[in-house]
Amino acid sequence: MNFTLNSQRHIWTIAKRELIGFFASPVAYVFVVVFLLLSGFFTFMIGGFFERGQAGLEPFFVWHPWLYLFLVPAMGMRMWSEERRMGTIELLLTFPITPWQAIAGKFFAAWTVIGLALLLTFPLVITVNYLGSPDNGVITASYIGSFLMAGAYLAVASMTSAMTRNQVVSFIVSVVACLFLILAGWPPVTNLLSSWASPVVVDAIASFSVMAHFDAIQKGVLDTRDLLYFVSVIVFCLFTTSVIIRAHRAG
Amino acid sequence: MIEVRNLTKHFGSKVAVGGVSFKLEKGEVLGFLGPNGAGKSTTMRMITGFIPPTSGEIRVGEFDMLHNPLPAKALIGYLPENAPSYSDMTVGGFLGFAAEMRGLSGEAKKKAVSRAVEMCFLENVLHQSIETLSKGYRHRTCFAQSIIHDPAVLILDEPTDGLDPNQKHEVRSLIKRMGETKAIIFSTHILEEVEAVCSRAIIIDRGNIVANGTPTELKRRAVDAGAVTLRFGSGNAKQIAAKLEGTPAARKVMVLSENPPVVRAFPKTPESASDLARAAFELAGKEAWTVEDLHVEEGRLDDIFRSITLPDTKEVRQ
Repeated sequence: MNFTLNSQRHIWTIAKRELIGFFASPVAYVFVVVFLLLSGFFTFMIGGFFERGQAGLEPFFVWHPWLYLFLVPAMGMRMWSEERRMGTIELLLTFPITPWQAIAGKFFAAWTVIGLALLLTFPLVITVNYLGSPDNGVITASYIGSFLMAGAYLAVASMTSAMTRNQVVSFIVSVVACLFLILAGWPPVTNLLSSWASPVVVDAIASFSVMAHFDAIQKGVLDTRDLLYFVSVIVFCLFTTSVIIRAHRAG
Repeated sequence: MIEVRNLTKHFGSKVAVGGVSFKLEKGEVLGFLGPNGAGKSTTMRMITGFIPPTSGEIRVGEFDMLHNPLPAKALIGYLPENAPSYSDMTVGGFLGFAAEMRGLSGEAKKKAVSRAVEMCFLENVLHQSIETLSKGYRHRTCFAQSIIHDPAVLILDEPTDGLDPNQKHEVRSLIKRMGETKAIIFSTHILEEVEAVCSRAIIIDRGNIVANGTPTELKRRAVDAGAVTLRFGSGNAKQIAAKLEGTPAARKVMVLSENPPVVRAFPKTPESASDLARAAFELAGKEAWTVEDLHVEEGRLDDIFRSITLPDTKEVRQ
């Protein structure tokens, strides 16, 4: 029997099960609807989408780091804590699969739901194209950046979810961790830091932030370094998830 | 099929399993007995690859669970304690998922699901969501999951827990039937279950194996095993006891009841039980006692279980 060939199929089987779970419970619907409502509210009411008089989606994307801060941990908090609480983790990890396949399957399923919510914002793209002539390259890059950023948050939520069987604890810890990812590069915080730390240190801390990388992508520049940043946050957090799960099993 | 050598598990400073070794072949049903917290579940979790042992070796079929877990896990079907399942799925959906995780697809998957459904009597609830099911059905759903790929090895942690007597009977006969072609380990608190189903039993106490043998062998170790009990229509129990004590095979005779007179004679050695029975029978004929009942006690698993796992009988444990 060749077990490596089955790897992708196992990831898909787990992802499919997770998606069934998301859509059998209200989780997926609530996420999509709340995301659409909130992003609409911020874009039009606070972002001044029409008042700006510019054809672009900056007022939409600029809120994403903050929107995801609460929505993505809410999405990911049950990922592993629920398995532990229900005892199904014992079934999952005694199937002939590697923990990696389970981690990846669960991650991709939740990421897909987020991607779906993001796709459903397409009327905005149509609107700006109808009203003016925006730079669609910038819009595409921003969508990619936003999706990657959501993936980074989700990986953090996966990690904190593996730490505890309590979903509330998992949610709060991941919000705090994601908040760090935002604030480390947020100008008010970097200004504060620069008053006592050397610029090298401030830059080093700021480079951990999603803000700098997301801003760059939002300007329409898909730099490999920015992409690499998001991918490495995802890989690091998922790897940590596997370490936590292994440590928990070892007792 | 299964070979476990010097398996230990420490949780911090607490020793959950302290050096367990045994072997199990195809066609054997092994009963795991022991008080709560004795290390039964921990041992099973290590064999199934859910938790890594602190030290020791586990072989399933020809594969090493620690170094080559995937093919080893593929051979095992596992019913964890409390029979967990994904409550947001339907029974059919859950079993289909389990079949896919076992590498089955298409026609083979359909066949496997319908076979497991039939064996566990789940036809009526196939399209029902698991969270709406009663405990017995949930339990059987998880049981069905464990046999979905017709595994060579079955590990069942309290498979009859929470079932009603009819369901218990069904599960027991299922285990017994499957035991002819598989290697099965199951844990239980119910001793009659061990007698009914197992070809061998292991008693675990505080992380160590304290007894290992066929149910008959274990019963022979009970205090009462081999004792001859006689009941009479009339007569003086004390006088009869004194006469019986005079026979060479008897070690001790107890009066269990004066009216009707019932006495129990214990043999000198377990092997001399039949000599004692014969002697008692001959003596009864000579003395013209009105014997209404004469039988040799088999010994009860309950007694042996209690005598080797109770904390205040440590000296029996060696």
